Amino acid sequence: MLSIENLQASVDEKAILKGLNLSVGAGEVHAIMGPNGAGKSTLSNVMGGRPGYEATGGSVTLDGVNLLELEPEERAYAGLFLAFQYPVELPGVSNMEFLKAAVEANCENRGVEAPNTPAFLKAAREACAQVNLNPDFLKRGVNEGFSGGERKRNEILQMIMLQPKLCVLDETDSGLDIDALQVVADGVNSMRSDDRGFVVITHYQRLLDYIVPDFVHVLSDGKIIKSGGSELALELEKNGYGWIEQEVA
Amino acid sequence: MSESVERINERLASDYEAGFVTDVENDSLPPGLDEDTVRAISARKNEPEWLLEWRLKAFAKWKTLTEPEWAHVSYQKIDFQALSYYSAPKGQGDGPKSLDEVDPEILRTYEKLGIPLHEQKRLAGVVAVDVVFDSVSIHTTFKDKLAEAGVIFCPISEAVKDHPELVKKYLGTVVPISDNFYACLNSAVFSDGSFVFIPKGVTCPMELSTYFRINAMNTGQFERTLIIAEEGASVSYLEGCTAPMRDENQLHAAVVELIALDDAKIKYSTVQNWYMGDEEGRGGVYNFVTKRGLCKGRNSHISWTQVETGSAITWKYPSVVLRGDNSIGEFYSVALTRGRQQADTGTKMIHMGKNTRSTIISKGISAARSENCYRGLVRVAPTAEGARNFTQCDSLLIGDTCGAHTFPYIESRNNSAVIEHEASTSKVSDDQLFLCQQRGLDPEKAVSMIVNGFCKEVFRELPMEFAVEAGKLLEISLEGSVG
Repeated sequence: MLSIENLQASVDEKAILKGLNLSVGAGEVHAIMGPNGAGKSTLSNVMGGRPGYEATGGSVTLDGVNLLELEPEERAYAGLFLAFQYPVELPGVSNMEFLKAAVEANCENRGVEAPNTPAFLKAAREACAQVNLNPDFLKRGVNEGFSGGERKRNEILQMIMLQPKLCVLDETDSGLDIDALQVVADGVNSMRSDDRGFVVITHYQRLLDYIVPDFVHVLSDGKIIKSGGSELALELEKNGYGWIEQEVA
Repeated sequence: MSESVERINERLASDYEAGFVTDVENDSLPPGLDEDTVRAISARKNEPEWLLEWRLKAFAKWKTLTEPEWAHVSYQKIDFQALSYYSAPKGQGDGPKSLDEVDPEILRTYEKLGIPLHEQKRLAGVVAVDVVFDSVSIHTTFKDKLAEAGVIFCPISEAVKDHPELVKKYLGTVVPISDNFYACLNSAVFSDGSFVFIPKGVTCPMELSTYFRINAMNTGQFERTLIIAEEGASVSYLEGCTAPMRDENQLHAAVVELIALDDAKIKYSTVQNWYMGDEEGRGGVYNFVTKRGLCKGRNSHISWTQVETGSAITWKYPSVVLRGDNSIGEFYSVALTRGRQQADTGTKMIHMGKNTRSTIISKGISAARSENCYRGLVRVAPTAEGARNFTQCDSLLIGDTCGAHTFPYIESRNNSAVIEHEASTSKVSDDQLFLCQQRGLDPEKAVSMIVNGFCKEVFRELPMEFAVEAGKLLEISLEGSVG
C-alpha cells in the first residue's frame, strides 16, 4: 500500500534523506529504528508535508497516489495519519469540536457520509475509553494543559476517530511511562487490521515489546541500511547500531 | 513565513459580501461644513430651537479643536469640507414609515444583508430592529409591543419630537460636547441613531438592535445613540454595521451614551463590519467613535462587548464611568485586523464610587500587514474605596508582517484599590497549523478554529444569536470567501 522510492529530502538545504526505499503492505507493521540524526523524524515530516521539510527527489506513494504532490490535508484524505512526537496545544479549541471538524473534513473528502452527532459522540466516548482518557477531556482545549502521556493518548484517540489507512507513529514512546506505553500500544494494536498499515518510528526497542512489528528497518544517514524481522530489534537493543553501520561500510 | 500562512494571506484578500451599493436617489447636502450646514441639518429634521442651539454651540467649540494624533494609526488628514454631512434616500427624510412606504430598493438591501424588517418573518420576535440608512432611520420593528412594556425604542430624531424632556435631560451628559474632536463634531452634525428608554423596574422583553449602513458616497455618518435604564431596569442592545466597497474613505463618527440608574443593567454588544478597504489600503471606513456609559446609580452595571472586524481605521474606546457605589463595568473585545487595517481600540474604566469593580478582556488578532493596538485606562479616584479591576490583554499574530501593541495606563489614587493586569502575545504557529492540516483541516479552517478558540472568553459574553454570527464573521473575514 505504501511505497517509498529513492526518497531524498533536505531541511534548511541540508540533505537528510539520501535515497530511502521502503515498502509497506496492507496489514503490516514496520518499525524504523536508528541512531539520533539518522533522519527518522524527517521521514515522518516529509511524508506529512510539514513546511520546511522539502522532498528533493523520489516518491512516496500511498495506494497509487503520490503524496508528495499533495497539500498536507489532502494527504490526510488519502489516508495518512501522523502521530506526533510533540503534539502542540490549541488553546480554547475543544477536543470535541476539533475531532468533529476533522472527522467531517475527512469523510467529505473521502466521499463517505459523516456520522450524525449522536453517532459521533458515541464513537468519541468509546475512543476515550479505549485510550483510558476521561470523556471530560473532550470538552477541554486540544492538548491544553495535558501531561505528556495524555497528549500521546490524545494522538491515538484522534487516530481511532479518523480511521486512516496508514499510521505513522513518530517516537510516540518518547517520554511515556510504562503504563501510558501500554495504553498507547493497546490502542495501536486494536487498530491493526488487514487493510491498514503502520510505520512505527522509535529510538528504543522497548515499544516493540508491546507493538510487535512484522519488519524492522535500520535507518542510518538517510538510508535504510538493514532490514529484518522483529528479532533484529532485539539484536539492536543488545549490540547498538555501530556494528551494522560498520558492516555496511 | 510558512506556506500555509501565505495561502491564508492570499485568501485574506477579501470578498466583502456587504460591499454592494444600493441605487437610490438621495436628498443630500452638498459637501462642506459651516454654520449653515448645521442649521440645514437641523431644519431638515424639523428640530426644536434648543437642539439647534446645542448643535451650534458644539460647532463653535469644534472649530477651536484640533484632530487628535496620539493614536497609533496613520492616515491622510480628512478634508472635512469635502464631505457631505447629510444624505437621505428621497422621501425618507421624515423618519420611519410603515414598510409599505419604504423604497423597495432599500428593503432589498436589508434582505441581502440578512436583516429582518418584517416582524412576522422573525422567529417569535426575539429581536427588535432599528435600521439606519446613511443619515436617517428607515424603520423600527416591534415598536408597539415594546410600548406595551413601557419601553421607548425609536430613532433619536423622533425622540427629540416625542420625548423632548428625556432627550434634553440626558443628551450630552455622559459625553459632553467638548469631550473630544470627533464627539464634538458629532454633536454639531449628528444625523440619526437610536433612542432607548427603559422605565423603572422594567426588564426589556426582547433584545434591541440597530443596524447601521453607510451607502452614499463621500458622506459622513454621525449617528447618536442614547440609552437610559431607570432604577432596576435592564436591557440588552446590539449594534451591527456595514458599508459598500468604495475607493474613497468614508467617515463614521458616532457617539453612544449609556446611563444606568440604581440597580439598572445595560449590556451593549457591537459587531462592526464596516468596509475595510482593499489590499493596498484604498478606501474603507474611518471609524472614529466615542462610546461611554455612566453607572450613575448604586449597584448599576454596564457591559460592553465588541467584535471589530471591519473599517480601515478604528479608533474606539467604549468606557464606563463608575460613579455609583458597588457599580460594575465590563469590557469584552475581539478586534481582528487584516489587509492594511489599523485598529487602536480599548477602554477606560473610571472608578469613582466605593467598591466599584471592572473587568477588561481584550483579544487582538492581527494578520497580513495590519496594526492592532490595545489602549486602555484604569483610573481609580480618591473616593473609590475598595475599587477592583482585572485586565487581560491577549494578542495573536498570524504571519510575521503584522503588528500588535498594548498600551495600558493605570492611575490609582486610592491605596485600597486592587488592580490586576495580565497580558500575552502569541502566534498561530506553524506547528499548530500543521497539526490541524494533518488531521484534515484546510489552513483557512484551521486558522479560523484557532482564532475562535482564542476569542472564546469574549464570544461567551455575546447574546447567543450574535455569538454564532460573530464566529461566522471571523471565519468569513479570515477565509476571505463568501460564506
